[in-house]
Amino acid sequence: MTTPARGSLLSIEHLSSKDIGTLLQLARRMKLERPRSLLRGKRVGLLFYETSTRTRASFEVAAKSLGAITTLIQASGSSIEKGESLVDTGATLHAIGMDILVVRHPNSGAPHLLAQHLDIPIINAGDGMHEHPSQALLDAYTILRHKKKIAGLQVAIVGDIFHSRVARSNIHLLSKLGAKMTLCGPPELLPELAATLAPGLNLVRHVEEAVRGADVVMLLRVQKERLDGLKVHIYDYVTRYQMTPARLKLAKRDAILMHPGPAIRGLELEGDLADGPQSVIREEVKNGVPVRMAILARAAGKAR
Amino acid sequence: MTREMTRAMTTRNHRKGNSLLIKGGHLIDPAQNIDEPMDILLRDGNVVEVTLPNKTRGSADDRFDARGLIVAPGFIDLHVHLREPGQAYKETVATGTAAASAGGFTSVCCMPNTNPVIDSVEWVAWLLHPDRGAVVNIFPVAAATLASRGATLTDFRALHRAGAVAVTDDGRPILDDKVMRDALRLSSDLNIPIVQHAEDTRATEGCPMQEGPTSFRLGLRGSKASAEADIVDRDVQLAQASGGRLHVAHLSAGDSLKSVRRAKRAKARVTCEVTPHHFTLTDADIRDYDTRYKMNPPLRSASDVQAIIAALADGTVDAIATDHAPHAAYEKNQEFDRAPFGITGSETALGLAITRLHKDHAIPLSRIVALFTSGPARVFDLHNELHRRGTLAKGAHADVTIFDPKKRWTYDAAKSLSKSHNSPFDGWQFTGRVVATIVSGRIVYQN
Repeated sequence: MTTPARGSLLSIEHLSSKDIGTLLQLARRMKLERPRSLLRGKRVGLLFYETSTRTRASFEVAAKSLGAITTLIQASGSSIEKGESLVDTGATLHAIGMDILVVRHPNSGAPHLLAQHLDIPIINAGDGMHEHPSQALLDAYTILRHKKKIAGLQVAIVGDIFHSRVARSNIHLLSKLGAKMTLCGPPELLPELAATLAPGLNLVRHVEEAVRGADVVMLLRVQKERLDGLKVHIYDYVTRYQMTPARLKLAKRDAILMHPGPAIRGLELEGDLADGPQSVIREEVKNGVPVRMAILARAAGKAR
Repeated sequence: MTREMTRAMTTRNHRKGNSLLIKGGHLIDPAQNIDEPMDILLRDGNVVEVTLPNKTRGSADDRFDARGLIVAPGFIDLHVHLREPGQAYKETVATGTAAASAGGFTSVCCMPNTNPVIDSVEWVAWLLHPDRGAVVNIFPVAAATLASRGATLTDFRALHRAGAVAVTDDGRPILDDKVMRDALRLSSDLNIPIVQHAEDTRATEGCPMQEGPTSFRLGLRGSKASAEADIVDRDVQLAQASGGRLHVAHLSAGDSLKSVRRAKRAKARVTCEVTPHHFTLTDADIRDYDTRYKMNPPLRSASDVQAIIAALADGTVDAIATDHAPHAAYEKNQEFDRAPFGITGSETALGLAITRLHKDHAIPLSRIVALFTSGPARVFDLHNELHRRGTLAKGAHADVTIFDPKKRWTYDAAKSLSKSHNSPFDGWQFTGRVVATIVSGRIVYQN
């Protein structure tokens, strides 16, 4: 076993606030319109064991914008289907000449496993219920387009926090940068244990309490099957936790509404809210590209 | 074959005589309440004299200088997985018992969750056959139900007669109330212990570790300690009602100890074992998905570890057992959810016991020796007339473990005599090391 190669991004938890600041600064210098060739000649493998629209497309666009060659490997239609292990698949891609691997995987910790066995940078593009570092970085980037700084902001995260890798990464990142975090959801989706993830987390069960006075309201996707499995009635969830214009009014007047997507209209938020003036949901997707360009540039050792 | 293993075997084959005098050592034999300097003479596989220093009368072909060392009855491990038949790529009887000998164990009780499951007299006989190449004594524990499916009881009487010392479905629990009740009734009639892997699998499915801050942080599903404690509680009630003999395997939760204590106070026939990893590590040690720390029962919280150490000290726990569970490197090098449960443990048990229990928690060496000898011997009746183990009383089997309680050493898993190296203790520094392991009067391992 080895330590992860330099430039790997496995989690937000293990980044310092200085590292986060450097990455966000770098992202601000990445302009799509003016392609840079920081990754010219580099081969970036996109290893996706799970379906994805925005993360995959945005990593691919980011890599190509920097001049890299990308190869997509998906679970179906590859040797993964034939039973090849993750470590062997990683070694195979390394042998083919990949310089960087971007990994999306249904099992928590899968990118760590690859990083232990390969000496090329591994970028976590979402692993199980663990973390989704690039999403948290692009969320911070988006917040900073609307707010001067993150320190001191009131941030409410509402929904299925237990199953959410986005929540874990965002809680780590925003706590590190000094935001005041309130988490909200029913006990099945937000166990008391969540409070142990970072210092100073506030857990509440009423969405009104979470949203009141917030600068940022972040919603998470609710999977219907998951609620069924936990015997949470969908109607109860919608009644108690759905974001509505009335509830959003409790937040600060200039509060922004965020959602990592895919947003299910009519479930975690009332239909039109996603398109409302406070919504930055589209912008988050857009910001994914420069942020992922920065992550890839850092992986290639070009983080200047 | 590693150098150490060759040495272990050649030492065994090239013995000079059939008598051995162990001289100058400090004997700890809890079964006889001895904790003082004594010389011991072994002849023809038996203990023939135990005397004050320099007082043996008989002559010996060989001598073992045990000055500065502790001499103890041969250690007994109630819980190992030797992986044969069917999984010889992980371990064999030969390699597993070689590793046991390096850990000071002269007897190991092997679990039946092999492929096929040891649920018949034929497989028990196969395990005991000399061709398996066992370096130390093996005492098979047979399956309690056919194929360990938890439905139909095996033929306890025949298995016992064939050499099985207990029955279990280890790896799985006997969940069904009626099956467990029947098993315990039969155990009462035949005087055979039922070994329970206490886990309510309905509550642990899909959980690779225990629930807690670490499982939440890692985004892994966590099981609760009550999944063990609830089954122990039920089993204790069934054992009390039936008069059956219950042995709780690898007890790991503080709450499980409450039921065991209650049973013992009520003089029920209930015993339990604890592994070195459960008195040493917590779930936080998994850090970032280190599968070497993935085992079942899972690592628990610091309060469970404290409760277990207290129970080891006060006598609630009968034995330290390793749950030696070898796995190939490629199996452990998987996603945390997919990697198999289990760690190797034979070679690190004594070092952990002395370092953690004696040095850190001031548990006397005599108690630790009891947990490796007289304690486990009583659990599976290995101290009886037939087996004569767990003590060095005159007439006992000449199984001896000699160790240096002060020796500092570092464990190197790559040099293990086991076929597998999946130990979380690789590179750990211990105090207390095995110097010689003697089985039937012959040195099978020497360091």
